[in-house]
Amino acid sequence: MALTATARDVLEGAFMPLWVRGEVSDFKAHRNGHWYFCLRGEDAQLKCVAWSRERRRIPAPPDDGMQIVALGRLTVYPARGEMQFSVTRMEAEGDGLWRKALEQTRVRLQADGLLDPSRKRALPRYPRRVAVITSRDGAALRDIYAVVQRRCPSVEVVLVPAAVQGDSAPESLCYALDQVARWGDADLVIIGRGGGAREDLWAFNDERVARALATCPVPTISAVGHEIDMSICDLVADLRAPTPSAAAEAAVPVQSELRERLRMSAETLSALASERVGRARTNAADLARGVALGVARRVDRRRLQLESSARRLHAISPLGTLDRGYAIVRTGDGRMVRSVDGLQPGSRVEVVLRDGTAEATVERVMPNDQSTMSPGAVAGAES
Amino acid sequence: MTFEASMERLEAIAARLEDDELDLDTALALFEEGVAELRAASAFLAQAETRLKQLNEAADGMFRIDDLRD
Repeated sequence: MALTATARDVLEGAFMPLWVRGEVSDFKAHRNGHWYFCLRGEDAQLKCVAWSRERRRIPAPPDDGMQIVALGRLTVYPARGEMQFSVTRMEAEGDGLWRKALEQTRVRLQADGLLDPSRKRALPRYPRRVAVITSRDGAALRDIYAVVQRRCPSVEVVLVPAAVQGDSAPESLCYALDQVARWGDADLVIIGRGGGAREDLWAFNDERVARALATCPVPTISAVGHEIDMSICDLVADLRAPTPSAAAEAAVPVQSELRERLRMSAETLSALASERVGRARTNAADLARGVALGVARRVDRRRLQLESSARRLHAISPLGTLDRGYAIVRTGDGRMVRSVDGLQPGSRVEVVLRDGTAEATVERVMPNDQSTMSPGAVAGAES
Repeated sequence: MTFEASMERLEAIAARLEDDELDLDTALALFEEGVAELRAASAFLAQAETRLKQLNEAADGMFRIDDLRD
């Protein structure tokens, strides 16, 4: 079996890694994670393997019949005496593999309802603090900061650093999203990076990142690359911004508009308050007037009562009777004379009038035939 | 209290102050509260330069935000 081993040494030493073009056939994804397939040319075929640990850069498995170019090296598998091409990278015509990978991820996310438009949350109108998941050194952070500073410097920008390209990027982005969720003190999160090669942006098409983004408790904006690039994160985020700058534009309001709103709010409050106080003052004045009026009415009524009482009092007072021209006749000892009985010529009497008293002597006594009526009876009160 | 919360509270206060049946004491208390919200919102807008920070997580899971220097 030294022959097979020697053949391996010769073959494996003879070629640098190289690109091979062909049509895929007999593709099998083994349970152990490795892929086995054939690449066919017009009159030749090459057995291929893509080891699971070596195909991180291959976005999706190829389909049978697909035209691809594969980067690999020629190896010999001594146990089976077979020559096989060990593939580490693969490109399909028309970006076939990338599109296929994207489509597969999209279908899985859609099946779980993560692309449902009804999941999209509204962004906060006035965020106080915006978390930015991106590379510390990238253009994205600088662009976002510049826009926030121009539009609304009151808003704080908090970088949550993450690798945005390379093999560790998906895990790093997931970790940053998890941190934002556990921190819980951001009003909004922007996740993204500036433009780059398709492979550089690939982390934002990673299904794990998309799922972490979908479960983020804070509203999200994705901002990946330039306008033409569309990522899986774009589909999942609450808002897709074409660039990091556009994300910042969408995230923060313009400060002068906030000032204007605040000014209007202050005016409204002030107008309402002064109107309310004015109404209260009018009410109080009305009330005071009402009270005064009531008092006056009561006083008037009292006065009328008093006057009427006074009139009644006057009417029954003997003085009133005297006013009307009557007189009271009294004997010398002060007794009121009510009848001619007891009077005889020569009796001394007093005649009391309204304004004085006169002393008189009776000249003659002339009883009436019916002597029940006498002027003296009108004044009934003893003096 | 965030700017958004202040603005929402101010709108709610304005709506209540429009109620003619509101008694004067309540109206004045609402007005006072509104003035406090206006102050808080103005303070937010007074910031002239955007603060740039970085989120840092300590080993015990506590978060700190530190200034980020360019």
